[in-house]
Amino acid sequence: MRQIAFYGKGGIGKSTTQQNTMAAMAEMGQRVMIVGCDPKADSTRLILHAKAQTSVIQLAAEKGSVEDLELDEVLVEGQWGIKCVESGGPEPGVGCAGRGVITSITYLEEAGAYENLDFVTYDVLGDVVCGGFAMPIRQGKAQEIYIVTSGEMMAMYAANNIARGILKYAHSGGVRLGGLICNSRNTDREDELIMELARRLNTQMIHFIPRNNVVQHAELRRMTVIEYDPTNSQADQYRELANKIVNNDMKTIPTPITMDELEELLIDFGIMAQEDETVIGKAAAVA
Amino acid sequence: MTTTPENSSEVPLRVLDHNDIFRDEVYQKQFEGKREFEDAASKEEVQRVLDWTRGWEYREKNFAREGLTVNPAKACQPLGAVLAALGFEGTMPLVHGSQGCVAYFRSHFARHFKEPVPAASTSMTEDAAVFGGINNLVEAMENISALYKPKHIAVSTTCMAEVIGEDLFAYIGAAREQGVIAEDFPVSYAHTPSFVGSHITGYDVMLKGILEMLAKSPDADASKVKKSDKPRLNVIPGFDTYVGNHREYRRILELMGVDPLILGDHSSSLDSPAEGEYFLYPGGTPLAQGAQAKFSRASLILQQTSLHRTTEYIQKDWKQETVLLETPLGVKGTDAFLTEVARVAEVSVPTELTVERGRLVDAITDSHAYVHGKRVAIAGDPDLVIALTRFVLELGMIPIHIVSTNADSTFKARMEKVLSASKFGSEATVWPEKDLWHLRSLVFTEPVDLLIGSMQLKYISREAKVPLVRVGFPIFDRHHLHRFPIVGYTGGLHLLTQLVNTILDEMDREAPDHSFDAVR
Repeated sequence: MRQIAFYGKGGIGKSTTQQNTMAAMAEMGQRVMIVGCDPKADSTRLILHAKAQTSVIQLAAEKGSVEDLELDEVLVEGQWGIKCVESGGPEPGVGCAGRGVITSITYLEEAGAYENLDFVTYDVLGDVVCGGFAMPIRQGKAQEIYIVTSGEMMAMYAANNIARGILKYAHSGGVRLGGLICNSRNTDREDELIMELARRLNTQMIHFIPRNNVVQHAELRRMTVIEYDPTNSQADQYRELANKIVNNDMKTIPTPITMDELEELLIDFGIMAQEDETVIGKAAAVA
Repeated sequence: MTTTPENSSEVPLRVLDHNDIFRDEVYQKQFEGKREFEDAASKEEVQRVLDWTRGWEYREKNFAREGLTVNPAKACQPLGAVLAALGFEGTMPLVHGSQGCVAYFRSHFARHFKEPVPAASTSMTEDAAVFGGINNLVEAMENISALYKPKHIAVSTTCMAEVIGEDLFAYIGAAREQGVIAEDFPVSYAHTPSFVGSHITGYDVMLKGILEMLAKSPDADASKVKKSDKPRLNVIPGFDTYVGNHREYRRILELMGVDPLILGDHSSSLDSPAEGEYFLYPGGTPLAQGAQAKFSRASLILQQTSLHRTTEYIQKDWKQETVLLETPLGVKGTDAFLTEVARVAEVSVPTELTVERGRLVDAITDSHAYVHGKRVAIAGDPDLVIALTRFVLELGMIPIHIVSTNADSTFKARMEKVLSASKFGSEATVWPEKDLWHLRSLVFTEPVDLLIGSMQLKYISREAKVPLVRVGFPIFDRHHLHRFPIVGYTGGLHLLTQLVNTILDEMDREAPDHSFDAVR
C-alpha cells in the first residue's frame, strides 16, 4: 500500500485534481481510499456525487466520542469502489481542525480502515499550518507528497512553504516529495516556470494539467471528468498523471528556496518587474 | 479547652488540630457573618434541596444528564503512562506538555504510594504552544541525560501537546540527530491525549510503546536469553497499583517452578526501603529482560480492558501464546490463574498453594455469618470491578450497584457473565460510563450495606452513612493497603479481612448495649 498526500494553496484545485486522478487510478484497477483532511469536507463529493459526506468528527460529536463510531458509518464506497472518508472539523472561527485530523486518522487506523488497499490519498487543506495538518506526513503515513500549484506567485510561494514543511519531516519520518502538479491558470510561460521551480526544489514537475472547462462542467454535476466524459482529452490528462504517480521513481528530499530566490525566479521569467527600491513605502500622491 | 488564634500564639509549641480549630467561636462567628455577603439560602432551604437530591425524582434527572460529568472515577491518560514507565529499570517518565500536569501525576502517586516519584516535564509554555515544542523536548532530553542519567526515557503527552499535534517520533529523531542523546539510547513514546480514554488507556499505550521499542533493541536476541530449566512466563498485571500484587504473582509462579517475568514491575520503584540511601531508580523490569519477553513461552494478561492494545500487539508480533484472564481475585479467580499457569508451563500446583487455598476457604467459612447476604456497591476501573464482583459473589454478598466510569464496550457482557454464574448476582445493575454522582443517587435511593472502591467514595460513605472498604486507586487517606496483595489466595484473605472487619466495626458502632458482644 502506498500512501500519498496532496498539498497546495487554498483554491488551487487540490480536491478536484485529486479526485480526478484517483478516479483514473481506480479505473485502472487500483484499490483506492481518499481521506479528506479539510474541515469543509469537500474532498470526496465528486466520487460520491454528494454535497458533503458525513464526517468522522461530525458523527463523533453527535455520538459523544469516536469510540462510539462504526467504520461503515463514516467510510462510504463511491465510483469504482473508491473508499471515501472525510475527517471534517469545526465551524470557521472555533475549535481546532488540526486536532480533528489527528483524531480521525488515529480512529481510522484503530478501526482497521487501512486494509486491502493499494493507494491511500490525503487531501490536505491549504498550506502546512500546524501539527494537525502535518499528521498525514508523519511516520508510517503518507510517504510521498504531491504539491498542486500554478504559475501564480502565491501558489508558488505556498508550494515552497510546503516543501519546507516536508523537509522538517523528511529526515525523521522518511517522507519524500513526489513532484509538483501544475494545474494551469494559463499564466505566461507557466510550464517552464514550474519546471524551473521544481528544479530548484530538487523535484520534478510530474504533470502539467491544461485548463479545460469540462472540469467545471463535470464538477457542477458532482462528477469527475473520468466519469462525466470519459473520452474527453482532459480525462486522458488525469489518466496520464495517475500513471505517472503509479510509476513515479523520483522521490526526493526537497530543497526549499528563500523568498528572495523565489522573487528572482519570477523576475527572470518576467512575471514580476525588477524591484524599484525608490518607490517602496511611498503613497501614490508622493510617488 | 478553647483555643483562639490570640492565645495560641502565647503557646508557640502547641499546634492546633485541624478538626478542632474551626469549631472555635471566633471561626464560627466568621462563618455566620460570611453568609450575609454570600446571599446564602436559609439553612432550611439548603436542607430541603439536599433531601430532594437524595430522592428518586432527582435520581431520574441525574441519570438523564448528558453534557456534564460530576466526579468521574478516573484520571487522565498520561498518569497511566507514567505508572507504566515506572515499571521499568532506570526509566525516567517524560511528559511532553505543560508543567502542571506532571506535578499532578507526581503528587497523585506520592499521596497514594507514600513514595517519591521521579517524572520530568518538557515544560511547554505559550511560545511552545505556538511554534511547537520540539526545542522543549530536545532540551528536556539533554537535561535529563545530564542530571538524572536514566537508562531509558519513556515519553508521553499532555492535552496541550496533543491539540497542537506534536510529533514525538520526529522530535525524538531530532534529539538523536542533534547529538543530545546517543543514536542507540532507548527512548519509547506514546501519544496520550486525555480527551479520550482514561489512565488505563494511557497505561496500555505506554506499555505497548515500551515493549515495542525493547523488542527492537539489540538485547532482543534469542541467543542472549539466559538458559534456565524453568519455563519463563510473562506476567502483565496492567494498571495495578498494588505493589503487593506484583510480589504475589512472582511468589506464586516461583512456587510453581516457573520463571516469572513481570512486565511493568513497579513493586520496587514504588515501594523502596528506607536504608539510608536514596536511589532515583530503585527497581523495575530489567530492560534486557523486557526485550527478551517475546521469547517467553507465553504471556499472562491479567487485565482485559487496560491491556487490550498491548494484547493486540503481542498477539500480532510475538510468536507465543497469550493467556487472557480476569484479574485473579478470590478462590475461583486464583484457581483459574493457577490452572492456566500449570497448563501453559506444564507444571503442577504445589501443596503450599493448595494449603493457602484451604486457608482462604476456611476463613470465608469463619466469616460467612457476617458477610453473607450483605448488599454492596462497587466502583472503580473496569477490570478491578469485574474481579471484585466475582469475589464478593463467592462470599455470598449481593452486588447491587456496579459503576465503572472508564468501562469500555466489553464491560457489560463480561460483567453479566460473572453475575449470571452466581445466584447472588441477579439483583445487580451494571452502570458503565457513569460517575460517582450517579453512584450517590443509586446509594440513596436503593441503599446498600457496604461500599467497595477507591478513597473517592468516602464522601458518599459519610453522607449516606455506609461504610467503605478501600480497594483500588487512588487511596490517599489510608496507609499501606497497596503494600499487601489482593490477588491470589493470600490476597483473598487480605480482602476478606478488610471486608469482614469493616462490617464488624460498623456493627459494634451501631450495636445497642444489650448486643454489644465481645465475640463476633
